[in-house]
Amino acid sequence: MIVAVASGKGGTGKTTVSASLAAVWKRPVLAVDLDVEEPNLHLFLRPNSVAGEPVHLAVPVLDEQQCSRCGICSSFCQFKAISLMGRHLILFPEMCHGCGGCIHVCPEGALGIGQRELGLIEYGSTDDGIPCLSGRLRVGEAMSPPLMAKVRQQMRRIATQEHRDAVIDAPPGVSCPAMSAVQDADVIVLVTEPTPFGLHDLRLAFQAFRVLGKPMGVVINRAGLGDDRVQAFCMENSIPVLMEIPFSRTIAAHYARGGVLSRMDDDYRKSFEALASRLESMAQSEVSHA
Amino acid sequence: MRELVVISGKGGTGKTSITAAFAHLAEGKVLCDLDVDAPDLHLITQPSIQRSGPFISGHVAKIIPEKCTDCGKCVELCAYEAIRKTAQGPVVDASACEGCNVCVALCPETAIDFNDRICGTWYESESRMGPMVHALLDPGQENSGKLVTLLKAKARETASRLGLELILSDGAPGIGCPVISSLSQASLVLLVTEPTPSGLHDLERVADLCRHFRIRSTVLINKADLSPEYSDVIRAFCREREISVIGSLPHDPAVVEAMVRGQAVTEGSETTVGSEIRRIWNQLQILLSTSSISGASL
Repeated sequence: MIVAVASGKGGTGKTTVSASLAAVWKRPVLAVDLDVEEPNLHLFLRPNSVAGEPVHLAVPVLDEQQCSRCGICSSFCQFKAISLMGRHLILFPEMCHGCGGCIHVCPEGALGIGQRELGLIEYGSTDDGIPCLSGRLRVGEAMSPPLMAKVRQQMRRIATQEHRDAVIDAPPGVSCPAMSAVQDADVIVLVTEPTPFGLHDLRLAFQAFRVLGKPMGVVINRAGLGDDRVQAFCMENSIPVLMEIPFSRTIAAHYARGGVLSRMDDDYRKSFEALASRLESMAQSEVSHA
Repeated sequence: MRELVVISGKGGTGKTSITAAFAHLAEGKVLCDLDVDAPDLHLITQPSIQRSGPFISGHVAKIIPEKCTDCGKCVELCAYEAIRKTAQGPVVDASACEGCNVCVALCPETAIDFNDRICGTWYESESRMGPMVHALLDPGQENSGKLVTLLKAKARETASRLGLELILSDGAPGIGCPVISSLSQASLVLLVTEPTPSGLHDLERVADLCRHFRIRSTVLINKADLSPEYSDVIRAFCREREISVIGSLPHDPAVVEAMVRGQAVTEGSETTVGSEIRRIWNQLQILLSTSSISGASL
C-alpha cells in the first residue's frame, strides 16, 4: 500500500509525520520525498551513501545547416521556447516543456533531441535498512512535474519488485505538483495545525483531494495553539482525526536536532504504530469496497 | 517604486504572519499575495473584492469522439502520458495535459479540440490595510508562475495609479516556477527561516536562487528561541554566504492568538514579538530606500 502525507499549508509537519511513519512501519517500506523543490525527509531519516542520478528533459537542438528559417517550429511552440528573429532561429531551452512538437513539425529535420538537467533522483538506505528515494530540483529550474513523474515511476518499480509499501512526503499546496504526488496513494494523510491559516488550507486540500475518492484522515499538529475550528471542520465533513500532536518545546527541540518524533520516546512510537495500522485498515477497507 | 517580496523555501516559517504585520505597519503600499496555491494573507487583511476575472493560461486538449477513429497516434505522441486508451476511445487527462498542441496538430482526423484553460481567478480588492491584489488557483492546476506575473503587473499598475511607492508581496513556498516569477523585479527579498535542519536546508536553496537571479536578500530567523543552537548555525551560514540577518523573533503564542482574532500581531496591545517586528520593519525600510529602484527583470 502507498500512503501520501500531504497538506495545503506548508510547514504543518508533513515531514515529521512521514519520517515517523516510515520509522515504525511493520512491513518493508520505501520512504519517498516528492517535495522536489525543498526535499527534507533525508534530513531526518539520514540515508547513507546516497547516489544521485541526473534526470533530463528532452529539448530541441538545432542543426544550423539543415534549417531553412521557415519558422514553423517557432509558431508551433506553445511555450515561447523558439523564436525566429530575422534570419536567426533562437532556442530558449529553459522555456521548453519537452513536448517534442517542434521536432515533429520541422520539415527539414533540422531539430534533434538534446537535454536539459531538471535535477537529481537520489537513492540511499538508512542504518536500519529503510530505502529512501527522493527528487531534488536543480536551483533555477522552474519545472518540477517531469522530475516528480520520474521519481514516481521509480517508486512504483521498487514497490512492485521488492514488495514494499511506500510512505510519500508530498509537496505543500493543491496545485499540479501536490495533486500528482497523491495520485498513487491508497490513503492520504492531511497534516494541519489548529490555526485559521491551517484550517483555510486544509479546506482547500480537502476539496482538491476529495475528487480522487481516496480515504483521507487528518493529523493535527501543534494542538493546543490556536482554536478548535479544525476539529469542527473535520467533524462536519466526517473526516477522521487520526492523531493530535501537541505543541511542545521538547518536540520542537527534538525536531531541531533532526530527530524523528516516533523515535523520541515509547509513547510516540506507540502512537505512530497505531496511526500506521489505522492507515492500513483505511486502505484495506477501500480495497474491499472497490 | 520598490518591491519587497517575503519568501522562505520551507513552508510554515511564518511568512504570512510577518507580512501581515508589515502590512499593518507600512504606509502607502499595495499588498500582493503571490501564494496563489494556498493564499492566507486575506484572512488577516479582509479584502472586499472590487474587480475579479478568470485567469486563463494556455490550452487543454479535448478529443471529439464523433471524429476520432481510435488510431492511437495521440496516445503514442503525448510526452506527458496525458492520453489514456479506454474502451470508448482515447481520453485526455486534463490535469496531466500541458497544452503543447502536439496531439491537436498531428491528429490525422483533426479530432482534437484545443480549448482555453481556465486556471483560477484573480482579484483586485480594497482591504482594511490598503489596496490588495490576490488570486486563487483552481485545484490541481499547473502553478505556472504566469498568475504570479499577472498579479505583480496588477500590483504595479495599482501602485502607479494611486501614486504608491511600495509593493509588499507574500510569496509561495518552494523554489520552482511561482517563486522564480515572484522574484522578478523585486528590490529586496526577505527570507524567513526557522532554526531547524529543514529551515536551513531550504534557506540555502532560496538563497542560491536569489543569488542566481542577482536579487538582494536578507534573512529573518523566526521562532529563534526554539533552538538557540540551530539559530547560531543559521547565523554562521549567513555570515559565510555574506547574507545579512536583519533580526530574529521568538516563538510567541501571541502570533497565533492574533491570527485567531483575524489580526496582525502588531495590532492591539504591545507584545515583545510585536515590538521586535516594528524594529525589523524600520530596518527593512532603510534597506529598501537604499535598494535599486527596480530589481533585475527576469
